[in-house]
Amino acid sequence: MSILVDESTRLLVQGITGGEGSFHTQRCLQYGTKVVAGVTPGKGGSQHLGVPVFNTIEKAMAETGANASLMFVPPAFAADGILEATEAGMPLIVCITEGIPVLDMVKVHRYLKGKSTRLIGPNCPGVMSPGKCKAGIMVGEIHLPGNVGVISRSGTLTYDVVSQLTSLRIGQSTCVGIGGDALPGSTFVDILKLFQADQDTKAVVLIGEIGGTMEQEAAEFISDKMTKPVVAFVAGSTAPPGKRMGHAGAITTGSAGKASEKIKTLSQAGATVAPTPAEVGLTVKKVLENL
Amino acid sequence: MKVHEYQAKALLAQYGMPVPRGKVAATPAEAREIAAEIGSKVVIKAQVYAGGRGKAGGIRIVNNPAEAKRAASQLIGTRLVTHQTGPEGVSVTRVLVEEASNVARELYLSILVDGTSHLPVMMASEAGGMEIEEVAQSAPERIFKSYIDPAIGFQPFQGRKLAYGMNLDGGQTGEAARLMANLYKLFMDKDCSLAEINPLVVTVDGKMLALDAKLNFDDNALYRHKDIQELRDKEQEEPLEIQARDWGINNYVKMDGDIGCMVNGAGLAMAVNDLIQYCGGRAANFLDIGTLNNTERVVNSFKMFVADPRIKAVLVNIFGGMARVDVIAKGIVEAYQQMNISFPVVIRLAGTNLEEGQRILAESEISFIRAKDFYDGARKVVEAAKGAMK
Repeated sequence: MSILVDESTRLLVQGITGGEGSFHTQRCLQYGTKVVAGVTPGKGGSQHLGVPVFNTIEKAMAETGANASLMFVPPAFAADGILEATEAGMPLIVCITEGIPVLDMVKVHRYLKGKSTRLIGPNCPGVMSPGKCKAGIMVGEIHLPGNVGVISRSGTLTYDVVSQLTSLRIGQSTCVGIGGDALPGSTFVDILKLFQADQDTKAVVLIGEIGGTMEQEAAEFISDKMTKPVVAFVAGSTAPPGKRMGHAGAITTGSAGKASEKIKTLSQAGATVAPTPAEVGLTVKKVLENL
Repeated sequence: MKVHEYQAKALLAQYGMPVPRGKVAATPAEAREIAAEIGSKVVIKAQVYAGGRGKAGGIRIVNNPAEAKRAASQLIGTRLVTHQTGPEGVSVTRVLVEEASNVARELYLSILVDGTSHLPVMMASEAGGMEIEEVAQSAPERIFKSYIDPAIGFQPFQGRKLAYGMNLDGGQTGEAARLMANLYKLFMDKDCSLAEINPLVVTVDGKMLALDAKLNFDDNALYRHKDIQELRDKEQEEPLEIQARDWGINNYVKMDGDIGCMVNGAGLAMAVNDLIQYCGGRAANFLDIGTLNNTERVVNSFKMFVADPRIKAVLVNIFGGMARVDVIAKGIVEAYQQMNISFPVVIRLAGTNLEEGQRILAESEISFIRAKDFYDGARKVVEAAKGAMK
C-alpha cells in the first residue's frame, strides 16, 4: 500500500500545454503514471504528448475518469484552478505552483471546508509512491519502493533526504511534499494520520522548517497518536530572526517559529531528530534497526 | 513588502480611518513650514522601516516651527540605530511632521492571516503602545481575537466584541467597530500581510486616532497592486538584497559570513546554511535561485558573489527537480566566461538532467571543486574558505 497516489491513480494535468506542464507531464508518463487528461482552457479537443486535452475539468473528469489533478497553473490563476477542480469533485489536487497570493489561499481554504477534496501544496514538489505513481516534479530515479513515509515542507531538501534513504537501500512507501507556503492545503498532521493508518508504512521522516507552528502540532499528534517511529529534521537553525516574519506575525507563534523550539518539541514528543540534514538517512537506518 | 508610516497612514486615511493631521518632509525647511501650517505642538517622526524609533531618539515632540526645523535637521541625513536595525542603522531621508495629540488611552489593533485557521484574524488589546509580543507573554488574557470569514467579511458583532474587550465605553464602540471594518477592507483590498495600528489612541476629548501604523504587503500579490509597488523605498533595504532583486533573484537574504551559497529551493538553501555552520563556517547569504529555468539567474548569482567583497568561497548546491541541472551547468560556464572568478567554487549537482549537466561542466575549461553530496560540499567549501584566508 501507499497513501494518496498508487496504481489506480488516473492523473489529470492542469496547465499541461505550458512549458513546465509539458516537461513534467512527460516525466510522469515516463515513470509510468497514468496521465489520462490535460486541461488548458481554449485548447480543448486537441492532444498533447498523446494525452487528450479538455477546456474544463468537469468535462475531463466525465470523459476520462481522472481522480487526481496535478497543477502547473501560473500563480495569478492558480486559486481559480484549485476552485474549479474542487467544484468538479476532484478527490485529490496536487498544486505545484509557487507564488500564489496568501489571500487567494484564504478563499480557497474557505471553499474547501466541508468538501471531500484533499489539496496538497501549493508550492510543493508533489506526491510520489515509488514504483506506482509519480504526481509531481520530483526526480523519479532517486526513489525506491519500500516502507518509509516521507513528509516535507521543502522540495529539494526532500530529494536529498530521499536519495540518502535510497542509497542506504531504504525504500519509501510515499513521499509527500506539503509545500513551503504559509497556508498549505494539507499539514504534517493530515499526512501523519494517513501514514499511521497505512499498513505498508513502518516509519515516517518529517522535514520541517522555521515559521508557523505545524511542527508543534505534528509533535502533539506524534506523542498522542503515532505508534510508528518518526525521524525529523528542521531546517533554518541559522536563519536570521525576523527576516521573514512580520512583527505581529510572531504573536500567534511566539518563539515557536524558531528551529530550536521546533526541534525541542519534536524530541520531547518522541521523534528522533537528525543532527544535520545530511544524516537523516543514517538516523532512519538506526531507528529501523531498533524496531 | 514594507512601507513607511506616512504611507501607511495615507492609506488608512483613504479608507476612512482617523489619523493625526500631518505631512512628510524631506528637508528641515519643509518640516518648519508644515509645523507652521499645523500651528500647534508637533511630533517629528523619523521615517524608517524599523521599529523601536521612540527609544532610539527618532521621535521628538517640539513646541514651535523653529524647533521643528531643528529636530528635523538632527534626524534627516543621519542613520537611526534601533534594537531592530543592527549596529549600522538605517538612513533617515524623511520625517513625518504631525499634530501632537493629547492621549488618554493607548490601544492596540491589528490584522494578519492565521496559519492554523487559514483566516484573517483581528486582534485588539487595551495594552497598546508596547510590543504586542510582550503582552502575549505577560498578559495573554488582554488580547482579544476575532477570526473573519472571508465569505461574509468583518461583522459588526465582531467589532463590538473587540471594542468591549478594549474596555471602550458605549459611545466609542460604534466608532471603533467602523474603524475595524475599514481596516479589514484595506487589508483585503491591498493584499496586506499585516495591518497594525499601535497605538490606536483615545484622546482626552474622546476621539480615536491611529497614532502609529504599520502595513506589510504580500510579495506574491504585488503584481496586482502597482500603487503599492511604487511605495517601495529602496534606501531602507539592504543594498545587496536590492541588487539581487534587480537581477531577478527574489530569494536572497544577506547573512553575516563569508561563504557564498547558491541553492535551489528554500528548504535546501536553509539546510545548506545550517550545514556550513555545523562544519565550522558561516554563510554570507541565503540564495534560492528558484525554479525558473534560465541561465541568466545563475550568471546573476555569480555577479552577486563577485560584487560582494566578503566572499571567500562559493558553494553551488543544486538538486534538480523543476530546475534542470543542465541549465544550471550552462549558467555556471557562462558566468566563468563573463567574469573573473577568483574565489574557489565547490559544486554539487544532482537530479533532473544530471548527466547532461555533468557533461557540460566536464567539457568546459572551468576549474572547480566537485562535491559528491551536500555534506561533502559544505565541508569542502568551509575548507576552501579557510584556505583562501591564509
